[in-house]
Amino acid sequence: MAATDVAPANEKRTEERDTIVIRFCGDSGDGMQLAGSQMTNVSAVFGNDVSTLPDFPAEIRAPAGSLAGVSGFQLHFSSNDVFTPGDEVDTLIAMNPAALKTNIADLKRGGTLIVNQDSFASGDLKKAGYESNPLDDEDLLAPFDVHKVEMTRLTRDAVDGLGLSPREADRCKNFFALGLVYWLYERDATPTRNWVSEKFSKKPEIAEANLKALQGGQNFGLSTESFRVHFRVPPAKLAPGKYRKITGNEALAFGFTAAAKMADRSLFYAGYPITPASDILHELSRLKHFGVRTFQAEDEIAAMSAAVGAAFTGELAITASSGPGICLKGEAMGLGVMTELPMVIVDVQRGGPSTGLPTKTEQSDLMLAMFGRNGESPLPIVAPATPGDCFWIAQEAMRIAVEFMTPVMLLSDGYIANGAEPWRVPSLDDLKPIQVDHPTEFNSEDGFLPYLRDERLVRPWAKVGTPGLMHRLGGLEKSDVTGNVDYDPNNHEHMSKVRAQKVANVAASIPEQEVFGAQDGEMLVISWGGTYGAVRQAVKTLTEDGCSVGHAHLRYLNPFPSNLGELITRFQTILVPELNLGQLVRLLRSAFLVDAQGYNKIQGKPFRVSELIEAIQSRL
Amino acid sequence: MTTELPVLTAKDFASDQELRWCPRCGDYSILAQFKKVLPTLGIPQENFVVVSGIGCSSRFPYYVDTYGFHSIHGRAPAIASGVKGVRPDLQVWVITGDGDGLSIGGNHLMHAIRRNVNLKIILFNNQIYGLTKGQYSPTSPLGKRTKSTPQGSIDNPLSPLSVAIGSEATFVARSVDVDTRHLTSILERAAHHNGTAFIEVYQDCNVFNSGAFYYASKKGVKEDNVVYLEHGKPLIYGADRDKGIRVNEGNRPEVVELGSGISEDDLLFHDEQADEPSLAFLLARMRHPEFPEPMGVFRSVQRPVYDIALDEQVSEAIERKGPGNLDELFNSGDTWTVE
Ligand SMILES: Cc1ncc(C[n+]2csc(CCOP(=O)(O)OP(=O)(O)O)c2C)c(N)n1
Ligand code: SF4
Ligand SMILES: [Mg+2]
Repeated sequence: MAATDVAPANEKRTEERDTIVIRFCGDSGDGMQLAGSQMTNVSAVFGNDVSTLPDFPAEIRAPAGSLAGVSGFQLHFSSNDVFTPGDEVDTLIAMNPAALKTNIADLKRGGTLIVNQDSFASGDLKKAGYESNPLDDEDLLAPFDVHKVEMTRLTRDAVDGLGLSPREADRCKNFFALGLVYWLYERDATPTRNWVSEKFSKKPEIAEANLKALQGGQNFGLSTESFRVHFRVPPAKLAPGKYRKITGNEALAFGFTAAAKMADRSLFYAGYPITPASDILHELSRLKHFGVRTFQAEDEIAAMSAAVGAAFTGELAITASSGPGICLKGEAMGLGVMTELPMVIVDVQRGGPSTGLPTKTEQSDLMLAMFGRNGESPLPIVAPATPGDCFWIAQEAMRIAVEFMTPVMLLSDGYIANGAEPWRVPSLDDLKPIQVDHPTEFNSEDGFLPYLRDERLVRPWAKVGTPGLMHRLGGLEKSDVTGNVDYDPNNHEHMSKVRAQKVANVAASIPEQEVFGAQDGEMLVISWGGTYGAVRQAVKTLTEDGCSVGHAHLRYLNPFPSNLGELITRFQTILVPELNLGQLVRLLRSAFLVDAQGYNKIQGKPFRVSELIEAIQSRL
Repeated sequence: MTTELPVLTAKDFASDQELRWCPRCGDYSILAQFKKVLPTLGIPQENFVVVSGIGCSSRFPYYVDTYGFHSIHGRAPAIASGVKGVRPDLQVWVITGDGDGLSIGGNHLMHAIRRNVNLKIILFNNQIYGLTKGQYSPTSPLGKRTKSTPQGSIDNPLSPLSVAIGSEATFVARSVDVDTRHLTSILERAAHHNGTAFIEVYQDCNVFNSGAFYYASKKGVKEDNVVYLEHGKPLIYGADRDKGIRVNEGNRPEVVELGSGISEDDLLFHDEQADEPSLAFLLARMRHPEFPEPMGVFRSVQRPVYDIALDEQVSEAIERKGPGNLDELFNSGDTWTVE
């Protein structure tokens, strides 16, 4: 292009867009997760609705430049309500050839592609398996608006004079890319600038370098001839209130802390690190001033056991893990069922079996939660629908646990755990108190009877240290009322039924199931957990097109809401989309003798709205 | 204000449950000494907790009128760590067996000891799996014939005390089920120790491994087979107290006769407070019949206690940040307002 084509900065056009899906991708060492989460933050603070999909390899440092080492972060920001991170990408930032190769298929025709050109001159091409430079492949790039940017060189220029090694300088590339994106979408960089200053307060030269790189990216957008247009995505019309960004794991930590406060008790968290649940431990360990005690156990067996021990004393106990760890917890969870002690077990699900896909999402463990213990061992199961919902479901799980004296399982998943969304900061008045009763006196003429039940079949929870109420619990079958060891055949049958009935009684304390869209008619789509957003968007789109489709999203999986059976009879077809080979669908079929059909995907990735729309339409 | 504690006796600590151990099982004696010691500790009855795993020995909590938990196989140290994690004010005893504590639960035992959780752990070592009717255990000697080793065991056994010492235990002791006075004194010392106290008790399984410890428990025999440890005193033993333990130039223990040119001053003097655990380890490796087996407190040192440290971290955080305020927490980070 001739130099005369360069438009002065103030002549660049601004166009308005409703909604943008952007994806940062690069090598695991390129800082893409950081860039993505900063872009999320500034977009949220700007007032857009947002939804994110971080997608990273299980290896901390797969060989640099390899296909296996590509890490991506997708953000959907919009002036409308957002339900998912988006199907197709409007703007793709690819930091190296491997990232281009693995991500370009998701870029929309006509979409914007920004690449770090410097990385395409190097051996990285070979590592990505390219014979020749794809940036010279006109057929490949023709459908896109391509911007080849010498990010490595420009970043080095930007941080020049700060005394950084070339390696350190190159690590600032992500901030350069981020700056460019901020310019492209008119983002205010202030929250990021503050974050950098705070994060690197002990390394002022690194803080300075990142800020320079960020500014360099913004300046580049402003001055380069390559970009002539930038975009404005106006704020969304969210319900009035104060907002912040929250991930599912953060929201769980907040929710449990709030639950403990609302119950006026201390909180004990025992866990063993595992992806994608570790952040719950990290978050809670910073909240000791709330009286939160965290215990990093030697394994999940110990973590579960310690939670049982803490619950025995009369405190609120929780543990969290993912599939492999939940398997280890099984035996001690059964002890919790037998001793009828309250506690919450969080399973942040990931692809299985075995180590499976540690960093990828899957609705892997509903069956494990329902049936993964020896004997008849029922417990209530709840599942959050969104990252923000984790806050509420944590409190609900804790409420059920203490009200019904039972372990409760909370099924989150990798998608919810790491995904972020705007979260309306609750006021304390929105929180419900959790009633905890500890007896202080004998509950019968025969002294303290630990298994004397109330009308809901709930036994008393005596706090250890209460004079006169000394009693022994254990994993052996016990007599109802006295809690003494009892091998009597009829007693065992009685106790098995009582334990099951007590869990069934939880149904009376949970809200009825609501249906979105059609209240009766052709099809009811039933979903649970992290697929909420995609399913809701699909059903919304179809109902707006006049289709007779309803959506029931279950937050309570055991017991089911009491009206669910009746709801199901109002529709001709029941479709159950799940990120597994069909787990909820089996529970529904067996509970209601209904010919519910599954729609299943098990690729470690969330549903696309488009594939759900197709699946629903093809069955109408 | 001083509240008078009611004067309690062993009887007060008896539960209403019928004892179900075999006649003449060593567990009876341990239970009896335990019930004798608890009332002497000046702790309200409701502040004791007894946690066990699974095994004959682990039936123990049912027979003591305190808060008790008969849990699952091997996990008692982990459950007890949870109890202490939230309630450092309680005195928590862990009852475990050689299979429960060293086989299935070895990992938990090691980590509870390493953390120095304020637990009093009694390991009933009968060198056999009692409850499952007589398979060999991690402490059964080589060659031992049991139901699962008809040709004799080929598993090398381990010493519970070596495991405890290797796990950085701050209190390590050994006693024998029927040695009532000695056992009582050891239980008392353990109760007063600040941190994990680990006690191995030689326990006779009268049914599946009868007499395994007669050498250390029978009057008239044991005098030549055990040496009682006393802090600051030389290791002397024998029916006529004419034998001692000396450490030779190779740093190995050896049995010597007192008198013929060897005086008490030449013997090994016990130091339970030594900085390094090497002496305790050397003692733990003295096995019958080559050596008399030491009884008593091998090691008793002070180190920060886990549950107290956890409590302190909570208080310190409250002091530094103020008591947790939910409103502040929810509003932390970048926020924005939608009108
Ligand atoms: C998970 C599990 N595996 C196996 C068992 C069976 N079991 C019960 S007690 C025991 C061994 C007990 O031996 P020890 O700990 O030495 O106790 P003792 O009976 O000798 O006092 C075994 C293997 C069990 N209860 N749970
Ligand atoms: S089997 Fe052995 S250890 Fe168990 S109760 Fe009988 S004698 Fe005691
Ligand atoms: Mg045994």
